[in-house]
Amino acid sequence: MSLRKTSNSPLSFIRQLNPISMLIRIVMELIDIPFKFIQRQVGINRMAYLFLLPNLLIFGLFSFWPMLLNIYISFTSSETTKIAERPWVGLENYSLLLDCPSYWVPKTCNVAGYSFWTGLWNTLAFSVIQVPMMIVFALMTAIVLNRKIKARGFWRAIYFYPVMLSPVVVGIIWTWILKRRGILNILLKDLAEFRNSISTIPGIRWIVAGLLLLILFLVIRRFWNSKNSTFRMAGIVACCALAVLVVSLDWATMIEAGRYRSVNWLIDRRTSWPFFWVIFVYSWAHLGFYMLILLAGLQAIPKDIYEAAEMDGTPKWRVFSRITLPLLMPTMLVVLILSLIKAFQVFDEIYVLTGGGPGQATKMVIQHIYEIAFTGETKQYGIAAASSILLAAIILVFTMIQLWLTKRRSDG
Amino acid sequence: MSGFSTIWTFLSRTRGRNRLDWADILSYGYLLVGVLIILTPVFWMFMSSLKSEGALLASDPRLLPYDHMKVELEGFRKPLSLFFLTKDDGTKEEVAFVRAKGLNAVVVKPDKPSEPFEVKRSLLTPKETVNPHWENYTDPTLGTSLSIFNFPRYFFNSVFVTSIATALTLLINAMAAFALSKYRFRGQKAAILIIIATLLIPPTVILVPLFIVVKYFGMFNSLWGVIIPGAATPTGVFLLRQYMLTLPDELLEAARMDAASEWKIFWRIVFPLALPAIAVLAILSVIWRWNDFLWPLIVLTESEVFTLQIGLSTFKGELNDNTHYLLAMTVLTLLPVTAVFAFLQKYITTGIAGTGMK
Repeated sequence: MSLRKTSNSPLSFIRQLNPISMLIRIVMELIDIPFKFIQRQVGINRMAYLFLLPNLLIFGLFSFWPMLLNIYISFTSSETTKIAERPWVGLENYSLLLDCPSYWVPKTCNVAGYSFWTGLWNTLAFSVIQVPMMIVFALMTAIVLNRKIKARGFWRAIYFYPVMLSPVVVGIIWTWILKRRGILNILLKDLAEFRNSISTIPGIRWIVAGLLLLILFLVIRRFWNSKNSTFRMAGIVACCALAVLVVSLDWATMIEAGRYRSVNWLIDRRTSWPFFWVIFVYSWAHLGFYMLILLAGLQAIPKDIYEAAEMDGTPKWRVFSRITLPLLMPTMLVVLILSLIKAFQVFDEIYVLTGGGPGQATKMVIQHIYEIAFTGETKQYGIAAASSILLAAIILVFTMIQLWLTKRRSDG
Repeated sequence: MSGFSTIWTFLSRTRGRNRLDWADILSYGYLLVGVLIILTPVFWMFMSSLKSEGALLASDPRLLPYDHMKVELEGFRKPLSLFFLTKDDGTKEEVAFVRAKGLNAVVVKPDKPSEPFEVKRSLLTPKETVNPHWENYTDPTLGTSLSIFNFPRYFFNSVFVTSIATALTLLINAMAAFALSKYRFRGQKAAILIIIATLLIPPTVILVPLFIVVKYFGMFNSLWGVIIPGAATPTGVFLLRQYMLTLPDELLEAARMDAASEWKIFWRIVFPLALPAIAVLAILSVIWRWNDFLWPLIVLTESEVFTLQIGLSTFKGELNDNTHYLLAMTVLTLLPVTAVFAFLQKYITTGIAGTGMK
């Protein structure tokens, strides 16, 4: 990879002298001393344990041990963080979360259950809408970038740029755009006024109809040259029907927008706009990453298959559905599972953007865990732990599917 | 099916080799719209951050930071705002606004401050100049305003966390990958299984116990509490192991013949040879650590240890009306990332694209 070229650059001798690389070199020489000693005691092969040690130590202390603790904490209550002093309450935390007349209507639960089920349903709705939507756009972008496009690197970099931005910055930027007197409302208002002013031009109805008829005429001409006779007839009939429609519609009233009322995009409770924007902003920030992986998948498809298809005169649409899509499927599946797991843990952007509001409309399950454990006046670690266990079970299923898929891929 | 394909060939017919066909135009149009959706908010953010508090409160929709010009006149305690008065003959004259009186305004001519007169307010248009308010940036960072954003401190903390955590991640993940790819030892399968199992435990589902463990080790409100728990990453180990498996074992044998210690073999031979994969992990780690939010939000509660992200979100929570400072600080926070990305975008994008293939 091109990164290694730098070691041959004329600057490399400066890097030899720079204090950081000197320090690294000294540290590495120092580590060598105990390692050599241990190697003499245990032999070459058992050195593997030593190399594994730091990783396994961190995994053990900060992943496995907490997971076990999590299970224990979920059966205890009180505000203390000292494990030994936490009283055992059995399944009480779980029953607080799960004792609901109806899981579909979180309002029927008690306070903790309400928050948990609202968060869970919101997270599910978020994942189910956001993931397919983002993948479709990521795929479209990747396909476009896989064409013979000028300055591909530039486009690719711009699409990836939001991935580099931190969730807090993304949240603040979009809060600023979406506030009631923000730029989006101003632009939409200008657009509405523009449409209104156009609709009052005398004879606008016939000007628009004329322009559309001109376009229809160009399309008809192309149909006329078509070799396939049924296709030609169908096209011409369809265009004529459209022409009648174009002439009969009153374009002036269709253009007129009326008075524009600013929408409180992130705050309006009566609409679904806050949920829409949460999905939009999250996708805005993450699309570039999946686009890049899909693009790499597209570029890995051997070119000779396309050349063969071209020789056979296969239509482009069929090339896409019979070659590109099936060969991209493994990458698509990985992207799907990765983004599902990520979407299930969504917190950062939404917390900054709406804080879970309006009301609880965009509150996700991680926010529920975070707030119940860390921000409330009473810190209910037990309930938070119980919620985490329930969430972990769901994520486990997704991850298992991912592992199964990647394993199948590397085996095949 | 044939109908679809006919439509496809019909629509995708090209006119000539070197001419743009409609599909090219659509492609560029699509890309351009996407780029606008991505860059406009960031650009608008930057332009807004230069505006005065008043312009932001009034939601001035213009791109440039306009300021209403003021003038100090004899006999008036406060500086007066300047306006253009449109006269009956259409010419314009500069006047200073004294006070409102019904639909009229009391104004004076700047050269005759002692002779006030009344005009219709609708005839007045403000006299403005373009004036970027860089003090939006300097006030909170230098502590000259009430709300303080300790940028150097937060920036240092962020850089510290990102660089130390990344160095640590690279080193210990490469060590583990080395052990798993270049040795045969008892319990190898078990070790791989353990690492796979950690994939099943994302940090978000162990927030509470992890917090308790970190607190137990005295790393609460310490940058080490952010750095250490995430230093070992299963993704990183697998990424590096896959790459190291492709390195020939003969190299190691030759080095052992020359009596090189195992650590020297790792550090001097395997690590440099695995640099392409290590660079990818470095990029991922830097992005993860720099943008990390939820975990630092829990561990870091004192402003001395805030990272940029936590500092900014706290700053957002403290402010109600000081939007001008918040916007400026947001731009300041996104600047380092943008600068780094501008220089390294090629390596970053190709590097990450490479992980998708593994």
